[in-house]
Amino acid sequence: MLEIEDLHVHYGSIPALRGISLFIPRGEVVALLGSNGAGKSTTLKTISGLLKPKQGTMRLNGERIDGLPPYAVVQKGVSHVPEGRRIFNRMTVRENLEMGAYTRRDGEIARDMERVFELFPRLAERCNQVAGTLSGGEQQMLAIGRALMSNPSLLLMDEPSLGLAPRLVEMIFRVIEEIRSRGTTIFLVEQNALMALSVARMAYVLETGQIVGSGEAAVLLRDPKVRQAYLGEPPESAENPG
Amino acid sequence: MEFALALAPQVLVDGLVLGFMYALIALGYTMVYGVLQFINFAHSEIFVLGAFVGVEILLGLQGAGVLAGIPVWVLLPVLVAAGMAASGFLAVGVERVAYRPLRGAPRLVPLLSAIGISFFLQDAIRFLESIWRNAFYLTYPSLEGLDRRIQLGPALDISVKSLVVIGSSILMLVGLTFLVNKTKMGRAIRAVAQDPETASLMGVDVNRVISLTFLIGGAMGGAAGVLFGIQYSLISPYTGFIPGIKAFTAAVLGGIGNIPGAMVGGLVLGLLESFSASYLSLLTGGAFGAEYKDIFAFSILILILILRPKGLLGEVVGEKA
Repeated sequence: MLEIEDLHVHYGSIPALRGISLFIPRGEVVALLGSNGAGKSTTLKTISGLLKPKQGTMRLNGERIDGLPPYAVVQKGVSHVPEGRRIFNRMTVRENLEMGAYTRRDGEIARDMERVFELFPRLAERCNQVAGTLSGGEQQMLAIGRALMSNPSLLLMDEPSLGLAPRLVEMIFRVIEEIRSRGTTIFLVEQNALMALSVARMAYVLETGQIVGSGEAAVLLRDPKVRQAYLGEPPESAENPG
Repeated sequence: MEFALALAPQVLVDGLVLGFMYALIALGYTMVYGVLQFINFAHSEIFVLGAFVGVEILLGLQGAGVLAGIPVWVLLPVLVAAGMAASGFLAVGVERVAYRPLRGAPRLVPLLSAIGISFFLQDAIRFLESIWRNAFYLTYPSLEGLDRRIQLGPALDISVKSLVVIGSSILMLVGLTFLVNKTKMGRAIRAVAQDPETASLMGVDVNRVISLTFLIGGAMGGAAGVLFGIQYSLISPYTGFIPGIKAFTAAVLGGIGNIPGAMVGGLVLGLLESFSASYLSLLTGGAFGAEYKDIFAFSILILILILRPKGLLGEVVGEKA
């Protein structure tokens, strides 16, 4: 589905990604783990065209998408749920969802909006409410629903569980599973590694702009180093984990 | 006192004419500010271009001897449409040439570029008209029927051209409100104003929306230019400065970036100006005459802005992440 090779991204002269390569197979959930500042959001922003790579290639179904502006990437079927939700505060819930369908010309938009409402009945109730007045959890639902409105084949999700109550986090991850089962590929950036690995098929671990590990999610879940670094487990030996 | 009351309806009508004109121009400032957080100080010349396109068409028709033969109800929409098109495209061009290359620069830089463009356009119009007509102060030919006054009451009459100004302004304001609030294009403009990066993630081509905003704002200014010429007749390349500053003030008064705010701000400023022009000398026993109208109007403005720094309807931009 998406193939990234030797991707370098800089902020000015500061390197943020230093040659990462990864592969996201169709129909799967792939997680990208890493601590703050490792380059996770940078990776997503580069895929969706918000940042221009300095070097490297990105192929979506074999077609180069590096260097495309964001609006063209959306048209290729990639949708991005940005970090911090970034909903349009002064628009209604419905208008936000309509913005999600901005690139579409087909007649199925109303049907897809119904499907978003099935996924998140809360949004249906608040349909005509101004989005800025929603709670944090509802805003996250709206951000995900809005991204789904473009009918993407690849959904990029940046920290969808950030700042949500545990009950809502569970709900968001159930929805991620549901979206995948409908055939959408998902690339998930998460700090909540336990949740991410429980829903993902495979995962990559990013550290200071480089991929330092990857594998089946189930295997990574048992990896003591991963458990230590991202699941908050104490080191097994007296060795310094840092 | 009786005299003052009798005067009131007329003052109201004059204020509305002025106010709608300010409102139309103010939209150009406020829409551009909405998407770029930048004041397009060349907007006053974009407005003036509309006025010049209008006068050139009229003088051209007059020169060909056919002006009297064209019914005014055909002529007016053509003039307004031509002014809108010219000013709209000029605004788009100015953005491409003078603002877009400076998009990433510190805020003062495009502002200076705008002031430079403003001077450039003034002198370009002056230069071209000087070659073409050997004059750059031009007068709108009077149009059949437009100067007629309609009696509305014992002390109230209104000229047909004032009705034209008010009527076409209302039409355009309603059209714009519909466009911005009810169409996909309008949603894209609002999305870019709220968060351009996220709008681009929705598939919006932000640069195109910015061009579109300049086109619409410029077209409103161009329409105002034609209406200004029809209402006040005499125009020059430097005519735009005062109405431009006042329309900008109106935009700030209403809440810069806020489209209904620009409309309200324009009307409030027009009415304030008209009332102070008529009543200042009455109120002060003749100490201050109508020539102090701007001081009075702007004093009230300052007062309003001290009490409501974000403008009458509030600032709606500036919540960027």
